Amino acid sequence: MNLFRFVARLAAPLAAAATLAVSPAVAEEAKEQYFPLLTYRVGAYASSGIPGWGGIIDYFRYVNEVEGGINGVKLFWDECETEWSVEKGVECYERVKGGKNGSPVPIFLPHGDPISKALTEKSVADKLPLITTGYGRTEAIDGRVFPYSFTVMFSFWSEASSVVNYIAEQVGGKDKLKGLKIATVYHDSPYGKETQAPLELLAKTYGFENIQIPVPHPGNDQSAQWARIRQIKPDWVFLRGWGVMTPVAIKTAAKTGFPVDHIIGGIWSGSEEDVRPAGVVGKGYLAVTPFPAGQDFEILKKIRAEIVDKGKSDLKDLKSFGSVYYNFGVIEAIISVEAIRTAQKKFGVRPINGEEGQWGLEHLVLDETRLKEIGAEGLVQPLKLSAKDHEGGGSGKVLQWDGQKWNVVSKGWVASDRDLLLPLIYERAAAYAKEKGITPRSDGATN
Amino acid sequence: MDFFLETLVGGLLAGVMYALVAIGFVLIYKASGVFNFAQGSMVLCAALTFVTLRDKGLDFWSAGLVTLVVMVALGVAIERVVLRPLVNQPQITLFMATLGLSFVIEGVAQILMGASVHELDLGVVDVPVEVGPIQISQFDLVAAGVAGALVIGLSIFFSATRIGVSLRAIADDPQAALSIGIRLQTLWRIVWGVAGFVALVAGLLWGARQGVQFSLTFVVLKALPVLLIGGFTSIAGAIVGGLIVGAADSLAEIYIGPLLGGSVSTWFAYVLAVVFLLIRPAGLFGERAIERV
Repeated sequence: MNLFRFVARLAAPLAAAATLAVSPAVAEEAKEQYFPLLTYRVGAYASSGIPGWGGIIDYFRYVNEVEGGINGVKLFWDECETEWSVEKGVECYERVKGGKNGSPVPIFLPHGDPISKALTEKSVADKLPLITTGYGRTEAIDGRVFPYSFTVMFSFWSEASSVVNYIAEQVGGKDKLKGLKIATVYHDSPYGKETQAPLELLAKTYGFENIQIPVPHPGNDQSAQWARIRQIKPDWVFLRGWGVMTPVAIKTAAKTGFPVDHIIGGIWSGSEEDVRPAGVVGKGYLAVTPFPAGQDFEILKKIRAEIVDKGKSDLKDLKSFGSVYYNFGVIEAIISVEAIRTAQKKFGVRPINGEEGQWGLEHLVLDETRLKEIGAEGLVQPLKLSAKDHEGGGSGKVLQWDGQKWNVVSKGWVASDRDLLLPLIYERAAAYAKEKGITPRSDGATN
Repeated sequence: MDFFLETLVGGLLAGVMYALVAIGFVLIYKASGVFNFAQGSMVLCAALTFVTLRDKGLDFWSAGLVTLVVMVALGVAIERVVLRPLVNQPQITLFMATLGLSFVIEGVAQILMGASVHELDLGVVDVPVEVGPIQISQFDLVAAGVAGALVIGLSIFFSATRIGVSLRAIADDPQAALSIGIRLQTLWRIVWGVAGFVALVAGLLWGARQGVQFSLTFVVLKALPVLLIGGFTSIAGAIVGGLIVGAADSLAEIYIGPLLGGSVSTWFAYVLAVVFLLIRPAGLFGERAIERV
């Protein structure tokens, strides 16, 4: 037998099996909803990931054990280790996308900015929606061009705009931004450069000086960058780090004499893991986040009572309960569960597939009433997604580190200037569509 | 001019930190000809052990002592279990063994001690001091002092003790050293133990600077150009190489980076190292191999 015929013979039953795994008929027979999780519990970024997986799994357990599942459909999951690397992330995606035990995959969480970018086109071909909460391609807000990518809640552009608006609050209004120097110290990677375009637009609009200072990966020495900061003397620093870059930046800032309470960290520079290693000099440091820390939210109290106190938590170190990354996991899980619930209203109470999950996401409404019912008031910002808007929120809270814990110091959620940013985002999405030969869906597209 | 001076001094002090890691490589290479890729993992392991013991309630000096015992034991175990069976194998085999070893140490250390990020406080206040028109980090000055003391200590050890002289003999000609009764394996154990101690010092200083976390292993990336420039067999070379890399990195980041529109310090040190290699293949202080042809 030649190699080609051998491969063809082998591929036919495999392809049939893969088709069976996602076919609606089989999905209807399955009683439980499969939800694969990409995780990184080992490697350089494990410390950031582990509390997050704790949040997701604890919420899923809460839904299963206290609420009896999503309208009675229980969730089951397994993990695929990526070590935050693109190759392993894509390999995991390929391994799990076909579903399990007859249940299809409703939603996929890539858990890594580079992984999400590598999966953008694959997810369209596989009709499997990606949720990238606080990361991912900003243009994917335009779901007419990116039907299966969901930059839910807070894109990097919104992050930058919220930071500028918080600074405006501090200096007495947007008109006072004129003449200020705002330096962005960023991780020199596609992730780090994501805020350059919105900051350029915001600087032009409000008249502040926009200074960009790159830090090479991993960022464990920043003496040159902070010497430059000392020379430029900016009024504020917007720190967009990842991993070790953040504590090193805080420490280096302190030793060059820059006031730490004038540094505002981005989403991935604003966790306990980022500030604790900086020690006492981290006191006063600020960060913007869509994942406010705290244990006093109603849903957190319920999870503690029903899961954590009963020894069922995924967390090994319970100190992480209520941390920024733990709450990130809970928030991501709430959005996923609510999108599945929304899809069930249209397609029936059963495990749903990716195409149905995408519909659920595009019709997701988390208003104050629903958030109160869940117990997520103050934890999750109100959201309303549509084909034209895969972000839905666009606000963050500003936290300040007191040496032991984060405290919210902004007046509630700090909104971004979405009206200003969206036209440019749509323009970029349209350019992407043109480049890739994509015909955008209509504004009111239903799938 | 003040800004240039401040950048230069900051870079030089950062270079001392790179040199601390490079010294660990030099010790092993000098004594056994093995390029120990696992040195970065040993730095992580030392710092992680120290902070874990501190978290368990041990005081600073007890934790340091126990960690030192652990690191020396680890060094001795590596020599006994991994390297001794590979004696007389090609250099690339030994290198690959240490490469594999680095992943094992990282994985096992994380399993045993967790992946959390830890703060490491050495009690050194890290506020700047004004020296004339420039600011210098107190912590970096302390680190430079420690590195200086380490270099002096190791230099005395290698030149004035019987063990040190034996080690130099092995480095010069292992066969001749064996023929006069020098016990090669005992000395290898000693040198791996000393490398464990150096890893502890580097781990504590780097850990205090950036927190004890997995990314401590990345510091080896900066130690490599230091070795290429200073030479693989000279402790003084590691210090000089570190100073050159630190200063060049900082100045390039400030004066060349903006011209190229991005950060340059990830690769600039390697460009510099290649230039040095072209001029002096054995590095500034490395021993040039003389072969009969």
